[in-house]
Amino acid sequence: MAVIAKSGSKRWVSAADAAARAAGVRVGMPAAKAQALFQGLMLIDADLDAYNLALERLSHWALTQYSPIVAMDLPDGIVMDTEGADHLRGGEQSMLTGIVNLFLAKGLTARVAVADTWGAAHACARSTDRQVIIVPPGQVVRAVERLSISMLRLPEKIVGDLRTLGFKTVGELSATPRAPLALRFGPEIGRRLDQMFGRVPEPIEPIRTPDQIEVSRSFSEPIGAAETINKYVGRLVIQLCEELERRGLGVRRTDLIVHKVDNTNQSIRAGTAKPARDVAWLTKLFKDRTEKIEPGFGIEKLVLVAVMSEVLEESQRTSSLVEEEEEDITPLIDIFGNRGQRVYRLAPVASDVPERSVRQIAATAEDVEFSWTARWRRPVRLLARPELADVIALMPDHPPVSVTWRGKRRKVKNADGPERIFGEWWERSSEWVAVRDYFVIEDETGERLWVFRSGDGVDAVLLVPAPWTWSTLPSLLLSAPYTDRAFKDG
Amino acid sequence: MPFGVPEIDTRLPGGGLAYGAIHEFAGGGGGTIDGAAAALFAAGIAARTKGKIVWCLTRPDLFFPAIAQAGLNPNRVIFVESDREEEVLASMEEALAYGGLGAVIAELVRLPMTASRRLQLAAEKKGTMGLVVRRWRRQTEANDFGQPTASTTRWRISVLGSEALPVPGVGRPRWFLELMRVKAGECAEYCVGACDDKGRIHLAAESGHGLDTSRRSINSG
Repeated sequence: MAVIAKSGSKRWVSAADAAARAAGVRVGMPAAKAQALFQGLMLIDADLDAYNLALERLSHWALTQYSPIVAMDLPDGIVMDTEGADHLRGGEQSMLTGIVNLFLAKGLTARVAVADTWGAAHACARSTDRQVIIVPPGQVVRAVERLSISMLRLPEKIVGDLRTLGFKTVGELSATPRAPLALRFGPEIGRRLDQMFGRVPEPIEPIRTPDQIEVSRSFSEPIGAAETINKYVGRLVIQLCEELERRGLGVRRTDLIVHKVDNTNQSIRAGTAKPARDVAWLTKLFKDRTEKIEPGFGIEKLVLVAVMSEVLEESQRTSSLVEEEEEDITPLIDIFGNRGQRVYRLAPVASDVPERSVRQIAATAEDVEFSWTARWRRPVRLLARPELADVIALMPDHPPVSVTWRGKRRKVKNADGPERIFGEWWERSSEWVAVRDYFVIEDETGERLWVFRSGDGVDAVLLVPAPWTWSTLPSLLLSAPYTDRAFKDG
Repeated sequence: MPFGVPEIDTRLPGGGLAYGAIHEFAGGGGGTIDGAAAALFAAGIAARTKGKIVWCLTRPDLFFPAIAQAGLNPNRVIFVESDREEEVLASMEEALAYGGLGAVIAELVRLPMTASRRLQLAAEKKGTMGLVVRRWRRQTEANDFGQPTASTTRWRISVLGSEALPVPGVGRPRWFLELMRVKAGECAEYCVGACDDKGRIHLAAESGHGLDTSRRSINSG
């Protein structure tokens, strides 16, 4: 199957699937030649409008997901300014693999590249078969010098003529004196090369959907002082909230885009845990971070965009006067969240295995009714992973007599146990036979530890491979349980 | 907020722990590192307040079932986990200045004078109680607790042997509670039984500060 595009009276192949490529059909080949190569080749006329529409939808999706500055990189790509946005996805590498995997899940292949400049990223993404390419900062020249000149986003005519002159790679072209090239081809080549190497800024004009609410403020004189920025951000927020109120919406994600005099953009994104239309709330979220704005030579325009908004209806609060109303602390949660801190609540899980009995839930989630049912004593602090402790104990069911943990020997005064916890065989087959006996022990100073012995103490040696050791003391007594959770509980 | 223990409450100006103030808690002995008893004591106080609790920390090793046993409902507690100490301070100040919370708990290694004064002012402004659990990395660092801070009260909680039971086993834990500093008040020492399921403490029988002679060593064989 091949897709045929038309330019003038010329019909050429603009895309081909794997089977067609195997038959020798190549992109850019005249349609008649492709048909001659393979009888019965299915030809589809390209629908440019639908194609562009799909690309636009994809860009809008990327806008809400990845970065405040997203644009279509026509004809076949999307460009994003991910500076300051990648850490939210765990760094560049995991952000890119994440994008590729998302497309793979839909049965599509995507090639993604990150580089210092739009031009370089454009070229890298399109020139190799690798799906993820990361060009480290400052390495653009090395990364692109071997790439073909067709990656320079020049008109086809110029590329063809340059080929005739013998130029093949970007490196060759950039090493040639500019003047003769400019005389022959115009300023286009120089501009594209400079854009690729970052010598000329190339701001990305972000796409906007018509239903996005956008307020902006241009300044006749560039501004730079922090107080001035704060003042105008405050005014923009008020404007935005008025507009939101008119439409009955609340914002979930808002971007502040700063256009600077030297033709570069900076953006700040603020998210809220639920739809917000409160002036004070939103102002606080932005003022918190206006210090991150680097005004440089000055700011000429501030734009505030509601990227994601949801319906927000005013509801009347019923006041019972008797019960004290609990204050809504969602704004506080948003402040923490936008500062990059992890905000969560802990909720119980119905599991006897201690490390599985707690899970993190969103701070704004509904209240969980269920609670931990065990009335046995539990430690205040739990070690992240079990640590081995040497123990002297009477087998099989008695608590330890002394414990050596982290180089400190403790004589056990009081102890409770064993509390037997079986492995959850429905989780993993290796837990089929897993047993842990937990003991609460208290040493002479009153410090408490919660230790467990892996295995039931009778034929446990067979079940637990490594951690059992036997000491040289006479018979019955010893085992050195695989201890895990040591704790102190007052 | 009173403890409900007359001996302690009469020593505190206003008859209890003041709202709108910073209170510091540290563990004694091994508790300087794990801060377990101090955290439980703070949780018990927070459990008896009304409203949401914000708990700021850097090391997420709390095991919440134990906190829930001190009467603190997990639905009330919002954890704010940061990577750095300074962010914990900033979060705590933000939460105190927000108002409308029951208490704000922070686990901190260092609490410089300036930082504690900022926290104290933020707490005074909105009347939220701030509880700082001091938790050091090494036991030798704990002498930092002698440095002055702007907090209203300062407590040290050390563990004692638990209350004796008529049968073998571990009884209710006891703490040696030192009120090391209190504004407009005098220092005091108590031997208390740890938080029960409502977060209340009670005065344990004075028994020579941990040299509990009536305790038998059971189960040692």
